[in-house]
Amino acid sequence: MNTLTSLSLAGARDALRSRKVSAAELARAHIAAMEKARGLNAFVTETPDLALDQARESDARLAKGEGGAMEGIPIAIKDLFCTKGVRTTASSRILESFVPPYESTVGANLRRAGAVTLGKTAMDEFAMGSSTTTSAFGPVESPWKRRAGANDRLVPGGSSGGSAAAVAARLAIGATGTDTGGSIRQPASFCGIVGMKPTYGRCSRWGIVAFASSLDQAGPMTRSVRDAAIMLGAMAGYDPKDSTSAPLPVPDFEAALTGDVRGLKIGVPKEYRPDGLAAEIGALWDKGIDLLKRAGAEPVEISLPHTKYALPTYYIVAPAEASSNLARYDGVRFGLRVPGQNLEEMYANTRAAGFGAEVRRRILIGTYVLSAGYYDAYYAKAQRVRALIARDFTEAFRKVDAILTPTAPSAAFAIGANQEDPVTMWLNDVFTVPTNLAGLPAISLPAGLSSEGLPLGLHIIGRPFDEETVLRTAEVLERALDFRAAPPGVEA
Amino acid sequence: MAIDRAAVRNIAALARLAVRDDELDALAAELSNILGFVEQLAEVNTDGVAPLASVSAVTLPRRADEVADGNCRDAILANAPEMKDGFFLVPKVVE
Repeated sequence: MNTLTSLSLAGARDALRSRKVSAAELARAHIAAMEKARGLNAFVTETPDLALDQARESDARLAKGEGGAMEGIPIAIKDLFCTKGVRTTASSRILESFVPPYESTVGANLRRAGAVTLGKTAMDEFAMGSSTTTSAFGPVESPWKRRAGANDRLVPGGSSGGSAAAVAARLAIGATGTDTGGSIRQPASFCGIVGMKPTYGRCSRWGIVAFASSLDQAGPMTRSVRDAAIMLGAMAGYDPKDSTSAPLPVPDFEAALTGDVRGLKIGVPKEYRPDGLAAEIGALWDKGIDLLKRAGAEPVEISLPHTKYALPTYYIVAPAEASSNLARYDGVRFGLRVPGQNLEEMYANTRAAGFGAEVRRRILIGTYVLSAGYYDAYYAKAQRVRALIARDFTEAFRKVDAILTPTAPSAAFAIGANQEDPVTMWLNDVFTVPTNLAGLPAISLPAGLSSEGLPLGLHIIGRPFDEETVLRTAEVLERALDFRAAPPGVEA
Repeated sequence: MAIDRAAVRNIAALARLAVRDDELDALAAELSNILGFVEQLAEVNTDGVAPLASVSAVTLPRRADEVADGNCRDAILANAPEMKDGFFLVPKVVE
């Protein structure tokens, strides 16, 4: 059974097409793994019966020589994607019993490509967090352990922490994530997997529970760059139901993996090496630069001068959009209702009982920065700085084809750490937030282990709608890095 | 900008969030701390810079003004906490 769960997406696809393995066998192996690993708390809702039905349908298509790009591949879906007839909670009490009557566009695209869905993965509540500890249904535990102090339960990162843990622990071959400020890439870095946030507009946001609409973007979480390319191709595409969806054809991302980066200019932003950067992260970054140079690329030092303002900008823009988006949870049309003396009190009681501490904090901040008298000083100011951050990238991409940075400033930390002050937790996203503000595609790939034996990621950023160069560079770097570590007890 | 108890109460009322009196001091300190963090943006010169509301360069698309969806009342009501005769039910608002 172990060998079936250690297959790559590309490997499983080839084995399914040549009928060496059936979709049903593959589904059963992953369902067994998912049940065995319940201690991680990676799934909010498991859907084994649905997965087996879907796998049978895949087998019928494969037997006829038919089937899509993901035919028979068992994947997990972040519980932020609405799934028709399957509970969708956003890891929040307020949506605890919400059963969508429709499927998100990305989910429907994946189903059309033949993917088999194992269940819904846990996350930080409404995708607000970097540790998957703000879920209303308990924290998710990473399958990784420190070399020393193996009893510490570590966070998988967040907000797509359930998806990252599931892919790292070989409970699913791939998983969907969403990334508003780093929520795909930081957990991918913490769990030793690949996570890609495509360009804003590449994947439809329709049917994904909204957090910050100008920043949210769905993407794949897998164990290799090739797998990410295949899965992104199945997720992406123009959708008339999302007005910010880009009316562009979806390239063959797998075909972009030519293995050739000769002559490519790779930007190395000096602002991503602050004085306090951990030495081992700086060293890993240097190694990545050197490996790309040896592969024929040319490293170029660049400057992104407004980098230090990205986090404060994000923590105005994202809460402002969240406070608007989350106004819909009013106890009237769906979700939790807590009674009150009148309509106003019913609203306030419902929202107080339904939202956790981090969500409440961000709604309050967002409400404040949008309120009369403060709008210009905070929200409009942040949008102006956002324009400068985006302009930094535009100017850099006149000189370089891609940018290489670390993904996160640290390896995974223990569950319960970094809670003393919300700003400390937010610093996890210091290297990933700028790309969301600028809407650019970016990938995190596992690059090495920390001195404690935990995965660390490197991060490649590209021009808008140039996922192909990002993936091509990432695949060359992946091959050169040759990262083969797996969590303890997991067959690589 | 420091936020006091009255300001927290006011923001919470705008956000339709019930907040207990014994939570006000902690929330005021937390929100003040966050505002202190984001206020470093004041040092950035943004003269002549237009606010960026969206990175998507695409102009908003328009479609024909035709009915594209509908006839799904029961699906819409299926998640309602309370409903009656095909309508959402809310506490009485008009005497």
